[in-house]
Amino acid sequence: MVESNLKAESKNLNFYYGSVYALKNVNLQIAEKKVTALIGPSGCGKTTYLRCFNRMHDLYPHNKYEGEIILHPDNINIISPEIDPIEVRMRISMVFQKPNPFPKSIYENVAYGLRVRGVSKKQVLDEKVEKSLKGAALWDEVKDRLDMLAFDLSGGQQQRLCIARALATDPEMLLFDEPTSALDPIATSKIEELIIELKNTLTILIVTHNMQQAARISNFTAFMMLGELIEFDKTDKIFTTPSEKLTEDYITGRFG
Amino acid sequence: MRIHIKKKLKEGAIETILFLSALSSVLITISIVVILLYESYGFFKVVSFKEFLTERQWTPLFSDPKFGILPLVMGTLLTTSIALIVALPLGLMVAIYMSEYAPRKFRETIKPVLELLAAVPTVVYGYFALLFLTPLLQKFIPDLSGFNALSPGIIMGIMIIPYVSSVSEDAMRAVPMHIREGSYATGATKFQTAFKVIIPSAFSGIAAAFIIGISRAIGETMVVAIAAGMQPNFTVNPLEPVETLTAYIVQVSLGDVPHGTVEYKTIFAAGITLFLMTLAFNIIGFWLRKRFREAY
Repeated sequence: MVESNLKAESKNLNFYYGSVYALKNVNLQIAEKKVTALIGPSGCGKTTYLRCFNRMHDLYPHNKYEGEIILHPDNINIISPEIDPIEVRMRISMVFQKPNPFPKSIYENVAYGLRVRGVSKKQVLDEKVEKSLKGAALWDEVKDRLDMLAFDLSGGQQQRLCIARALATDPEMLLFDEPTSALDPIATSKIEELIIELKNTLTILIVTHNMQQAARISNFTAFMMLGELIEFDKTDKIFTTPSEKLTEDYITGRFG
Repeated sequence: MRIHIKKKLKEGAIETILFLSALSSVLITISIVVILLYESYGFFKVVSFKEFLTERQWTPLFSDPKFGILPLVMGTLLTTSIALIVALPLGLMVAIYMSEYAPRKFRETIKPVLELLAAVPTVVYGYFALLFLTPLLQKFIPDLSGFNALSPGIIMGIMIIPYVSSVSEDAMRAVPMHIREGSYATGATKFQTAFKVIIPSAFSGIAAAFIIGISRAIGETMVVAIAAGMQPNFTVNPLEPVETLTAYIVQVSLGDVPHGTVEYKTIFAAGITLFLMTLAFNIIGFWLRKRFREAY
């Protein structure tokens, strides 16, 4: 189904929150340098699935993964207990639903990921911060006030700052968890343009509640329900001629 | 109709009772300040401000009385500083551990135990400083006198750890999870997240915790009255005996100084100095809270 190169794939992925069976045998292929969207009604497991990719579930007790998520090209299973979650997070970064800048300056927010890796050379940091802010289409708005506290930016700017922070460490893959749900339409369209731009350099997996958004920006779409993957195909196909009745009912707004 | 009136009366009565309760605490505070001001006004009619603030001896009960508050202020600041050197880092470490590292079950058991430290009567701490810690310290520091600033300072520090750690921990735990996740998502470790993100995020609460600790140390009476020696010394040497503002007030209150005399009024002068010191720290704390409050 996915003709281009694969960046990652989940194989028989099961996930449990304690005794709650949240992901049921999910098999999905993520194409390299494409946008893959995860849609589905609330509680369908799309965010749970996304968060497996950078081991966010490891932060909480009683969570359990089963199966594999293989990351290409080196074919490692990133949910294996032998793999350090920090290693995974260094390669797969994430942008959250609500902008979550740190109580630091704009500059330090972007430099954070580099500083925690021990980068302290001013010149390296300066270059990376500029490159990341440009990559997140924020540079022109903030270049004269990099010392300003990140909280003083607007919501949309804060979210782009968080994207810049995620980009600073040159990840191979970027996860977006409903990145525009807290933003107004103008800020949303800026983020969408940015995501389309970013797929030229990295692989993107995005959870969205907004089906128009999935249709606008993604190459592939996966429809999930009750922890199961119902249908996965090219976005055009999902939104025009879905094979499954459930998918059709959902995208035509019959439930959800 | 009658039911309606009855309901209104009841509501009104409840509101009045609540208002009076709130008012009473305000009135008590105001009357304390008024009495302090009135009695110290009497003191300053006899003793000049200049002598009070520049004289280096405090001997109001001698036949040749000297009224310099500085030795008592120095004693207070010295014991307080020692207490803070112990309490602030330890309290913060405890808070970080409890908030970021400890498993939930462990935290729920250990937190009440730690808070019990604050429930031990201060007189017990005082004798602990005098009869246990001082002799112990003397083994390592032969110059340490039997009464000194060091030992009660350390004990006070231990005593206020729970005040500092408890409030700091609440502040850290109030930092929303998505801020932590943002840090972890960049590949940060737990330690980096705690020190580079959680502490700055919880700064206003941690500052408030520190201020509570400082105020508590400045106002602490029993430990210093018992173990510090009640000798007003103009010194910064922690090995010597000192007297704090609070210990002086105890000393005079317990003695047989007649009411209305200048000697008697010295306790109000010491009291108002103490009040101004804690007030200053509370104002700093209030300002820090406002200045650094993070909105999520």
